[in-house]
Amino acid sequence: MITKALFIFLTFLAIFFALRVVSTKNPIHSVLYLVLTFFAIAGHYILLNAQFLAVVHIIVYAGAIMVLFLFVIMLLNLNKETEPHKSVWLKSSAVVASGLLLVVLVGALRGAEAIQTTNTFNSNIGLIENLGMTLFNEFLLPFELASILLLAAMVGAVMLGKKSIK
Amino acid sequence: MEWNFLIYKAILVLIVFSITLLVATYSTYMERKVAAFLQDRIGPDRAGPFGILQPLADAVKMFMKEEMIPSVSNKVLFIIGPGLCMLTACMTGVIIPWGKSINIGGVDYPMQIADVNIGILYLFGVLSLGVYGIMIGGWASNNKYSLLGAIRASSQMISYEVAMGISIIALVMVTGTLSTGEIAAQQTTWHWNVLYQPLGCLIFIICAFAETNRAPFDLPECETELVGGYHTEYSSMKLGLFLFAEYINMFISSAVISTFYFGGYNMPLIGRWVQDPNWLAILGFVFLFMKIVGFIFFFMWVRWTLPRFRYDQLMNLGWKILIPLSILNMVLTGAWMMRHEIMAYFGK
Repeated sequence: MITKALFIFLTFLAIFFALRVVSTKNPIHSVLYLVLTFFAIAGHYILLNAQFLAVVHIIVYAGAIMVLFLFVIMLLNLNKETEPHKSVWLKSSAVVASGLLLVVLVGALRGAEAIQTTNTFNSNIGLIENLGMTLFNEFLLPFELASILLLAAMVGAVMLGKKSIK
Repeated sequence: MEWNFLIYKAILVLIVFSITLLVATYSTYMERKVAAFLQDRIGPDRAGPFGILQPLADAVKMFMKEEMIPSVSNKVLFIIGPGLCMLTACMTGVIIPWGKSINIGGVDYPMQIADVNIGILYLFGVLSLGVYGIMIGGWASNNKYSLLGAIRASSQMISYEVAMGISIIALVMVTGTLSTGEIAAQQTTWHWNVLYQPLGCLIFIICAFAETNRAPFDLPECETELVGGYHTEYSSMKLGLFLFAEYINMFISSAVISTFYFGGYNMPLIGRWVQDPNWLAILGFVFLFMKIVGFIFFFMWVRWTLPRFRYDQLMNLGWKILIPLSILNMVLTGAWMMRHEIMAYFGK
């Protein structure tokens, strides 16, 4: 009962903050609402008993990535005057395209059947011991490949950041 | 039973919260006294005996001062900034094991609010949010110096979080758990983690200094360059909250250092004289507090001894010295733990 109430509350918050992200004029407010959205989603993870995912979600997204976003926006000092004006044509075509996307998504969701779970759900799968065992036994190769991807991105960023390449 | 549990937890939260605030308040007094001692002065001695009421006088002064909000600033965010700083500072006390459990009438009452199995990660999560209060406050002031201070603070905290995280990974490898209660419980008698992780401990302490924005890493509020740093535009109790949050952070950092590396509530040899578990638990609490006060003194000692770094020196220390050192520490710890396997491999 209380789980369901929390779920509805968190969902409401997540959707409300997500709408505020796109509807506020000030980019700093946008970023801060996005941080709040991440918190609501982390709450959903905790409801699913995935504590590790929830905390890592907060550390990585709210704690690191959004801080960098905030950093860049503050340094660029974006506000209404510096925002480039888009023509009416561009705006209306964006409205039409996203409206069509909404229709497609709603149609796809209505047509989908309820998912049948084939294997029994282990409610402790999100705890850190189980997650570590799964990640380092069953999914070792994808895990290592993902780390190589991140390393490549890091090396690329350092190369781009260098002043001159001899 | 359920209600008992809730009431007990609520009381514990209240106690930890008030102790945190009390210690932070008296840290300001201790700071003045330590500074006076190191500079061969007397320090505050007017309010009460030995100036013991000085923090109260400071608090009254902070509350009574005129409240100024710059007209060009973003009002809502300007007010949220210091509040957020306080909030994140107070949130970390939850996972610190303040002592062993006390047994009253056959029921165990642990002296830890929440022993979650991801305690260290929770600590990191809250720590990484701590930067928001400073950034929002600095930006909302609409002042160049405040913005520069806020940006310095955030880049400094992000940079030192990396080295801190890697040094903690080595600790987690040694202890094999992410729960803070378990880490404290493992360090019985002299098995303190500092003996197993000396380099990791050193890196962690340096990073703790940088995370709390204390000297010699107090560049975000560097008076000579930035007027007052991120809190230049703040006055009255909003300024007070920023300063107070720093003292709470210092207290919590000392508690975390004591718990992770210096045995927490454990003390060698005490089991010989005291057998009663309840007395042991209370003594453990006292020992933890002695360690915490020791580390707070260490924080102050460093502040009044070392000059401030230059900003490029700070970044060099963080990225070019501490991170490689912490990675080396992690690799060495891993090699030591796998030494039998490695020996067997080369012995063949």
